[in-house]
Amino acid sequence: MSKVASALGGARFDGFASVREIGPLGMITLRAKPDVPGLAAAVTAVTGTALPAQRRIEVAGDKAAGWMSPDEYLLIVPYTEVKAALATLAEKLAGQHHLAVDVSDARAVFRIEGAQAAEVLMKLAPVDHATLTPGELRRTRVAQVAGAFWADETGYSLVCFRSVASYVMGLLSHSATKGAELF
Amino acid sequence: MSTRLAKGGRLIDRTAPCEFTFNGKRLKGFGGDTLAAALLANDQMLVGRSFKYHRPRGIVASGAEEPNALVNMGQGGRFEPNQRTTTTELFDGLTCTSQNHWPSLEFDVGVVNNYASRFLPAGFYYKTFIHPRFAWKHIFEPVVRQSAGLGQVPKDRDADRYEQAYAFCDILVVGGGIAGLQAALTAAKAGKRVWLVEQTAHWGGRAPVDGVEIDGQPAEAWVKNTVQALEGMENVTLRARCMAAGSYDHGYVLCDEKVADHTPGDGRPRHRLWRLRAGQIIAATGAIERPLSFAGNDIPGVMLAAAVRDYLINWAVAPGDRTVIVTNNDDAYRTAIALKEAGLEVPVVLDARASVTGELPAKARAMGIRVEAGKAIAKVKGGKRVTGVAICAQVGQGSVLEEIACDAVAMSGGWSPVVHLWSHCGGKLRWDEAQAQFAPDKARPPLNHDGAALVVTAGAASGVLSAADVLLDATDAAGGGVAPVATAPQEAAMEPVWIMPQGAPVDLRMKMWLDYQNDVKVSDVQLAAREGYTSVEHTKRYTTLGMATDQGKLSNINGLAVLADSLSAPVPQVGTTTFRPPYTPVTIGALAGEARGEIFQPLRSTPIHAWHLSQNAYMEPVGLWQRPYCYPRAGETHEQAVHREVKNTRTNVGLLDASTLGKIIVKGPDAGKFLDMLYTNVMSNLPVGKCRYGLMCNEQGFLSDDGVVARIDEDTWLCHTTSGGSDRIHAWMEDWLQCEWWDWQVYTANVTEQYAQIAVVGPKARQVLEKLGGMDVSKETLPFMQWADGTLGGFNARVYRISFSGELSYEIAVPASEGRAFWDALLAAGAEFGMMPYGTEGLHVLRAEKGFIMIGDETDGTVIPQDLNLGWAISKKKADYLGKRGQERPYLANPDRWKLVGLETLDGSVIPDGSYAPAPGFNANGQRNTQGRVTSTYFSPTLGKGIAMGLVKGGLTRLGETIEMTKLDGSTMQVKIVDPVFYDKEGEKQNV
Repeated sequence: MSKVASALGGARFDGFASVREIGPLGMITLRAKPDVPGLAAAVTAVTGTALPAQRRIEVAGDKAAGWMSPDEYLLIVPYTEVKAALATLAEKLAGQHHLAVDVSDARAVFRIEGAQAAEVLMKLAPVDHATLTPGELRRTRVAQVAGAFWADETGYSLVCFRSVASYVMGLLSHSATKGAELF
Repeated sequence: MSTRLAKGGRLIDRTAPCEFTFNGKRLKGFGGDTLAAALLANDQMLVGRSFKYHRPRGIVASGAEEPNALVNMGQGGRFEPNQRTTTTELFDGLTCTSQNHWPSLEFDVGVVNNYASRFLPAGFYYKTFIHPRFAWKHIFEPVVRQSAGLGQVPKDRDADRYEQAYAFCDILVVGGGIAGLQAALTAAKAGKRVWLVEQTAHWGGRAPVDGVEIDGQPAEAWVKNTVQALEGMENVTLRARCMAAGSYDHGYVLCDEKVADHTPGDGRPRHRLWRLRAGQIIAATGAIERPLSFAGNDIPGVMLAAAVRDYLINWAVAPGDRTVIVTNNDDAYRTAIALKEAGLEVPVVLDARASVTGELPAKARAMGIRVEAGKAIAKVKGGKRVTGVAICAQVGQGSVLEEIACDAVAMSGGWSPVVHLWSHCGGKLRWDEAQAQFAPDKARPPLNHDGAALVVTAGAASGVLSAADVLLDATDAAGGGVAPVATAPQEAAMEPVWIMPQGAPVDLRMKMWLDYQNDVKVSDVQLAAREGYTSVEHTKRYTTLGMATDQGKLSNINGLAVLADSLSAPVPQVGTTTFRPPYTPVTIGALAGEARGEIFQPLRSTPIHAWHLSQNAYMEPVGLWQRPYCYPRAGETHEQAVHREVKNTRTNVGLLDASTLGKIIVKGPDAGKFLDMLYTNVMSNLPVGKCRYGLMCNEQGFLSDDGVVARIDEDTWLCHTTSGGSDRIHAWMEDWLQCEWWDWQVYTANVTEQYAQIAVVGPKARQVLEKLGGMDVSKETLPFMQWADGTLGGFNARVYRISFSGELSYEIAVPASEGRAFWDALLAAGAEFGMMPYGTEGLHVLRAEKGFIMIGDETDGTVIPQDLNLGWAISKKKADYLGKRGQERPYLANPDRWKLVGLETLDGSVIPDGSYAPAPGFNANGQRNTQGRVTSTYFSPTLGKGIAMGLVKGGLTRLGETIEMTKLDGSTMQVKIVDPVFYDKEGEKQNV
């Protein structure tokens, strides 16, 4: 048995959309100004993507790089590759002012899937889904806690802090309950 | 009597019979009925009692404006008071009871107030209960409270679920009548993203009832086609049963969707609160008909003329066999005509206007209906229902000319536009003389952020009443285009009538109701005017006019017109009261949304949370964290558990889940400089691999947070904060870095939840870790106040030799996802050493025995480090740190401040929490002087006696002195000032 446990052990709820706690997922908080020399190359070396523009997330297979703030990026890699990724960043950004830390375990990650998955999020986050473009990373509020999500072809990935994972699971399940479809 | 007609009823489905009960009586209705329609169909004219006089109350209206027909709905978990029967859809199995009566609706004791009404005028409570002063609290208020309130308070937990949802649109159209439909269609055709909400279950509003024709077809057909067209457009969202409660700045609108009120228990959320952000709001909210003020206008059977028409045409319900119409306008003739066409009697139309010339009156006359111009109702006859009317001249004083038997009265005093959404954000009103109404002043709309109109009105809400004008106005409101053409008879001008008859003497005015629910009469408003109330806002509060659950939808305009008349001022000069959200009441459940039960608020849990629960730990909140207070074993009290946990930690080894401790990484070339500003002591010179305790103050100098800082590498530090302080301190750091020292090269990251941090504490702590093995945790390799990375039992761990207990102590951080596994490994390794987990209370006792302060106990936002004898942790060398200048202010630098001491009772007992030390004399407010207070107090199982810390004037200079401290019963106890370090003052135990 692996000693690694995600926040909710892969909890799942099936309503009009499905909600799954996934993970563990490798996540790195990278703080650096976009004009730091070598930043784009360092990010590409770790995720295989370009440096994301404002409010964007660049995805390449199971890796991704998201824009979190003017000096913060979220790098996603397989859980087991975080250490190597941190080493790569340290090497590529040596001598440049930056901060790269492993936050894989500080977060919980959910997948919300199904034709009406957006309706689950419409109940919790003040986000206009009609103007949400593909590849947009939306930092927002999920009811009473901070969260961020982005969409792909099959649904949404949502990230929140680990300690509130069961609260967020409760929110998502309540919102996805059958009979509570919005449209 | 009111009854169901054999045919007709455009909204009912006669193939779907429903059974329901009212006060236990089994009644029958149809699908599509409102509860009010079904009650009337069963001849249930009497539906409640008024608030003050307990007068019999019947249904007056057919919509949201209904003041009377409120009932207690449902039972148990679905019981809800004050439900408006006119907006409640009937369903099979509905149960309801009437309100505000005792012992029964038919026979009510409270009606004695009615006969004493002469002695209960406006302001009665204010005048009567003011003297003697003491009596209000002890005598009057309890009695008044007993008799206050209409419905009953629900006693059970709400059985339903609620939710909220966010939506965005360019144009939100409120109101699904022909104006709203036309506005929505116009905006949608222009490519706008449109939402259209309608508070009832049906589209089309009044037009189908009023026989309007649009583009040559009946309104009903036009409505059907338009709704279909809108439903087919991708950019349009339609929502029925969705009430726009209020408009707010920046186009924010709350809409209450009644998803499952009519299908209780079907698993859907009962209500959904939409939180809409609209570019612009089009209020197509229609108009509300006004009652007329004549004596006995509150007797059951007196209804609004348009409501009578609604019941007849929508639900095939005739409120009476013989209905007298009383009006000051042409519109009410539609009711007369509709009744006549349905084969019902209309004995007379009393028209207050001297000359009656319109097309509708002409049609009524042609149908053989008697029309009396210049006539009025002197009084309505009857008690619990109408039996007849006495007729008089409108211009006279009420001399009865004739009495006519009837069982219903349909009244119309003109129409008032529903301007609520327009007014919520400051839209101004103008007085329209011709229609005698306050209408939106289109030149002065509420403004959006860009200076454009936040709200525009469409149709009757704009003050235009004819269907043709309504459609033109709605088209304009939505940006213009070709309006459909509506045809309807030409209507002659209405004539304002505020009192009927005009010269009514006081005995009639005392029976003219303005506010049916709160029992405010014409005479009450006139009394208020005589007593000097000239402001409509003051008059409202003095008389309670418009303060009931209907918020004066029927009464406000009539009331302020009466006030204006009494003050001999024009109506617009008196003005209106303020329109405030919600338009109609929104249930608290919808406002709370999903936030109840398990998800009422976010509760933070550590990776070891499930284990704590499995051990029956008694949990306590620390910030939003849930932490184990203690782990009681079978038969143990919490106190016994704490004592056991503390003793075991002092003698064997304890285990503490310290994961909640804040952990913030601070990195960069300027990180040392930054931390030297944040902490009162120096952190920049901390060697790599070492730990140092530090204090943080706010700019005022008050102690804000504390914790151990570890130097990770040349430009990286890890700052531990208190459990409740991590987010706050992280935000505090970012605030300084982003707003003040933006040119410093420092980055921070809050990694609190990345790690499970577990403290292994006690004399045998090292043995446990050595059993796990993997790294050297000896005193030589890992001395006190150092940290090291390594592995323990195969786990990657960072081990800090820090102690908040005074014992040999290791705080071990592992990745959170391995936290539970590591905890289990520690438990297994520690079993042979007698290891037991301990909770937060044990942690408190252990630290208090050592005299360690706790943020939030020894500090309260007014305490500086110097008060706590922590001067040693304040650098004298540094030029500045946050709080330095604050601490130099005379009051904080005063040597007389209360300072930290240890406290002990003479008999070993525990000082009560919150005790104060009284000092001789009294202060300027006559309060006892004080010289100190307890900040932490516990029973020390280690020492077998009570120990405490406190802040006392003079502090440790008074060592050995005995002072008094208060007890809970008001008496005092003798307490000795001692050193605050009760246990192992030399610190030998933690440094082994």
